[in-house]
Amino acid sequence: MSDSVFTQLLDLACGAFLLTAVVVLWRRELSVIVDVFALQGVALATVPLLIGWHEGRWDLAAVAAGIAVLRAGILPHLMRRALTATTAPPHADEDEDDGASYGTNGPYGTASWDRTDGAHSPERTDRTDGTHRYRADAGEARETQPLVNVAASLLTAALLTLLAYAVSRPLIALDPSPATRALPVGLAVVLIGFFVLTTRRRALSQVVGFLLLDNGITAIAFLATSGVPLIVELGVSFDVLLAVLVLQILTTRMRTAFGTTDLDDLRELHD
Amino acid sequence: MSGVGVAAVAAQVLVVVLGTPLLTGLMRQVRARMEGRAGAGVAQPWRDMRKLLRKTPVTPTGTGPAFRVAPALLVATTAVAAALVPLASTATPVSGEADLILVVALLALGSVALALAGLDTGTAFGGMGASREMTVAALVEPTILLAVFALSIPAGTTNLPRIVEGALHEPARLASPAGLLATAALAVAVLAETGRIPVDNPSTHLELTMVHEAMVLEYAGPDLALVELGAQMRLTVLLGLLASLFAPWGIATGASAAAVALGLVLFAAKVAMLGAVLAAAEVFWAKVRLFRVPELLAGSFLLALLAVTSSYFLGGV
Repeated sequence: MSDSVFTQLLDLACGAFLLTAVVVLWRRELSVIVDVFALQGVALATVPLLIGWHEGRWDLAAVAAGIAVLRAGILPHLMRRALTATTAPPHADEDEDDGASYGTNGPYGTASWDRTDGAHSPERTDRTDGTHRYRADAGEARETQPLVNVAASLLTAALLTLLAYAVSRPLIALDPSPATRALPVGLAVVLIGFFVLTTRRRALSQVVGFLLLDNGITAIAFLATSGVPLIVELGVSFDVLLAVLVLQILTTRMRTAFGTTDLDDLRELHD
Repeated sequence: MSGVGVAAVAAQVLVVVLGTPLLTGLMRQVRARMEGRAGAGVAQPWRDMRKLLRKTPVTPTGTGPAFRVAPALLVATTAVAAALVPLASTATPVSGEADLILVVALLALGSVALALAGLDTGTAFGGMGASREMTVAALVEPTILLAVFALSIPAGTTNLPRIVEGALHEPARLASPAGLLATAALAVAVLAETGRIPVDNPSTHLELTMVHEAMVLEYAGPDLALVELGAQMRLTVLLGLLASLFAPWGIATGASAAAVALGLVLFAAKVAMLGAVLAAAEVFWAKVRLFRVPELLAGSFLLALLAVTSSYFLGGV
């Protein structure tokens, strides 16, 4: 692989990496955020793969495969499970009743239903489920009220990116190469991850913020040192996996104990 | 100053003025077909315009020069922008003056004229539409400027024909992260600037949601025809700018008549395709609430800013 193609592909992977971090900040639906995080895992796994290919180090390919499995497969899967567990209604029967009444009298009742009521009964149950899922979504599956509104947090992300570029200039000057030139991207993702972690209310988006932070650190490690030893990467990966497992259990427990995953409700002591 | 260059500029302006109602017709037709309607045909905007031009001009009492000048000013500024932007050829007599900042300023002058006209009518809708349009415009202009700056950094100039020529010689520039981010940012900015669906619904007359339509509510007859033509020309010019910057293939760089003709045909094809894609996408989109628009535009501004920073830092200057 020639140098210019390598630079181009590495830049593209880093661009996608940064872009996914921004999209996490942009979107409100937690399920979309988790999907975007999985995409970021793929972009992150491309970085060691490209470096390994360029330098002919095939152990980096194994690291890339490990990162792809963990960050684009297992972690998003765990988060999706936590999401379905938290968005399921706590009191099933009550919601069912509400849903049915919405289905027949609500704004969605259409003429075709009135005409052939009996024939369309399966559709009605679908509709009922839809309404009911929507009601649940509106509460738990969305980052409804972040501490900093979305437009302001996007502008903050722009500032954080500029800050990352500014502070990493002396680092790049030490050894200018295509990989180190992309270093600010990793630093920007770390800062954006930290920002998500501090300003979002839902437990799950805070987990995503933590993982963005970790993705950024991993990216910096690859870009600055062209690959960490396999054993170090394994250790970090297991640490992250364990943290997410614990956080997933904690989120589910929070949901069953308090009925919400809004962390701002947990500031005061209750008896 | 070659004859071909002058002819190329004249042809660009003519194609934009004459072809732009057809583009609108095509977009409406695509939309109609996708919604299961027959549609009025591609030439319908032309027929509408002919009908409007035959009517007697009527102006509301109490309106001043701002109201009367605005339609002509809108069409004139957009026509000048159509002459400056390298839509079909980069070797024109005006290519030395075709600066990015000038083009954006010309387009902004058109919107300001229309907003003043909206205020001049003194009706509630005119003022509301003008205030909304200016809110959106204030957020869009920096995004357009930044998105094109991302491309002007590798070219080393803000002259649009030079940027396009640079991209023609080095296609790799377009596939860089800066190029892709700038494309996305500029696409959102173009949607907002021309009042397409996520920001404004061009076919609505619902009081609470209209932006552009609210400003031009008091126009009638030939003035309305000019306002509509101007608004459609803006869409054509901005789509053409998008096509020239990010898919510059086929644009003539020399003084050959055949290359200019090919450039014009490709320009028409590219803009028609972009328009059809936009119309098809609009079927599936919903207009966002006005209060969510700044969020969308902040996102596209951020993309543009990231494009600039990445083209500056990753580009290896």
